[in-house]
Amino acid sequence: MKEILEGSHAIAESVRLCRPQVIPAYPITPQTHIVEALAEMVADCRLKAEYICVESEFSALSACIGASAAGSRTYSATTSQGLALMFEVCFNVAGMRLPIVMSIANRALSAPLSIWNDQQDSIALRDSGWIQLYAEDNQEALDLHILAYRICEDHEILLPAFVCFDGFILSHTYEPVEMPTQEEVDAYLPAFTPYQRLDTKDPISFGMYATPDYYMEFRYENQRALLRVKEALQKYGALFGEHFGRDYSALVEGYQLDDAEIAFVAMGSICGTTKDAIDEMRAEGRKVGLLKIRCFRPFPSDEIASALSHVKTVAVLDKNISLGSKGAIGLEIKDALYGSSIDVYDYIIGLGGRDIRKKDIKAIVDLAEKGSGDMFYGLREELL
Amino acid sequence: MRELRIHGRGGQGSVTAAELIAVAAFQGGIYAQAFPAFGVERRGAPVQAFVRFSDETIRLRSQVYEPDYIIVQDSTLIKDINVFAGMKPGGVAIINTEKPGKYKAPEGVRIIIIDATKIGLEEIGLPIANTALMGAFAAATGEIEFSALEDALRGRFEGKLADTNIRASQRAYEMVKGGSA
Amino acid sequence: MPLNIGCTARPGRGRDNKTGSWRVFYPIFSKEKCTGCGICSLICPEGCIERINEKEYIPDLDYCKGCGLCAEECPGEAIAMEKEEK
Repeated sequence: MKEILEGSHAIAESVRLCRPQVIPAYPITPQTHIVEALAEMVADCRLKAEYICVESEFSALSACIGASAAGSRTYSATTSQGLALMFEVCFNVAGMRLPIVMSIANRALSAPLSIWNDQQDSIALRDSGWIQLYAEDNQEALDLHILAYRICEDHEILLPAFVCFDGFILSHTYEPVEMPTQEEVDAYLPAFTPYQRLDTKDPISFGMYATPDYYMEFRYENQRALLRVKEALQKYGALFGEHFGRDYSALVEGYQLDDAEIAFVAMGSICGTTKDAIDEMRAEGRKVGLLKIRCFRPFPSDEIASALSHVKTVAVLDKNISLGSKGAIGLEIKDALYGSSIDVYDYIIGLGGRDIRKKDIKAIVDLAEKGSGDMFYGLREELL
Repeated sequence: MRELRIHGRGGQGSVTAAELIAVAAFQGGIYAQAFPAFGVERRGAPVQAFVRFSDETIRLRSQVYEPDYIIVQDSTLIKDINVFAGMKPGGVAIINTEKPGKYKAPEGVRIIIIDATKIGLEEIGLPIANTALMGAFAAATGEIEFSALEDALRGRFEGKLADTNIRASQRAYEMVKGGSA
Repeated sequence: MPLNIGCTARPGRGRDNKTGSWRVFYPIFSKEKCTGCGICSLICPEGCIERINEKEYIPDLDYCKGCGLCAEECPGEAIAMEKEEK
């Protein structure tokens, strides 16, 4: 049934439908409404789960490790500084192969302090071994949580996932979503069957130390498992379509791309504004399109190279900056298209909540056509 | 697509107004999107909230720069902020004030003056203007039905609080419909 | 032998580090004096002392480093450390 509600509450409802058994979480803007709603559901017995109030994000994810290793479906949510505080634990979760799903309400990192949106936080953890999915709207955000559990808990995968959605821009926006029923989600998402678990009757330790003779092989296995996610996402994304009528089998999605000469590559809510700008440019006869990245880790290089093979110019919209280099998506796209004659330009845009308008998207097409790129877009020159 | 921009101060319920207008619009069968100009919402600081209305799915995520409608919760803001910025001709500006002045609205904008704070004081017993302004918005623009607004208010508030807010809303709705605002 | 997913391990059994060869002294357990309290098994830093009967414990000499903590802590003085002939 379609209903209208705040993004955070739509996500909390979707998490409830996934029947998590343990939720260790620490509130932080703009993620707070999600964990508040979940805490309320637990208190009101609408959700049968253990909600653990912790003293920091480090503790939150550490408690997730214990809960997941003990065999529970585990959930948490965070953003920005909270995710930064989880840095060490994130690598542990992936190395221990624990299928934890965590919402990331994407927000900028300090300093300077900013509560507003960009994607620096999750991008900074791109090397941690977590699956990273990005949502364009609230429907996708709530759906991806259900899909993420299905993928993560597959014994061929056994990896954790970030479900990323732009803080405030999606988390605090009221818009209509199709909310699945409990029966529908139960039919799609079976109960969690741990591959192995902590058990006092049959003790086991997770994440033991590996000497130089073994460490590389463990890392290689993590890499192989993460790369297997591409296939799992196609399979379970298509299955999602059969169950719910919304197909998520594609790791990347084209919009007006078939005959495009200039293609944007973007991730998250900026895709919506970009699509509206593309419609207006198309009406003016400009052959512009978009390739939306839904899955950033594993990175779908082959799918991107094939989707963009016919375009002349690519304009990458990066809501992050790998300081001292370029935007993270731009770097990956240049790698994916290495050896082709396609011009790739990277635009750092919308950092720390700077609003992105249709006219900005159009201005970037003009810049790309002139061959001007690899830059911060929209700087206020008077401040520099 | 039509767009509404609400100007207010932190604590006046601008974000709640945007949300409830979107809920009412959705109940009326159209697509709606509501969001705040995210900020550090300390009480008294100028804030904005936005609503978009469309027959199709709304993909646009930028703030509202060229509104069809504005609601000004607190007329003292007009001194500091150009609340009319970007307004489209044929648009509607709903201003809450007890002392109507001369406003520099763009040509073709219909201005509706209403003392919504007084309505709030009399009906709710609190200087709450937003629910009355929602009623005025429903009457002036036709974007939302009054019955849908009533449902949205009942969904958010309980018991007596819902009743008094609905009364405030209805009084403003009728004033605008009757041409006395 | 493939790696365990998640780098997991069972207690007391390191894949590589059989520490038994470090030993100079080894423990001898007296069945007669043993009260079955289990302190030896709990105190063993290698976790290599196993209970086989109610009042009978044996060390896994592949891992026993000969540290002597079990003998030191045993309240019934049921464990003696003896020089190992190699």
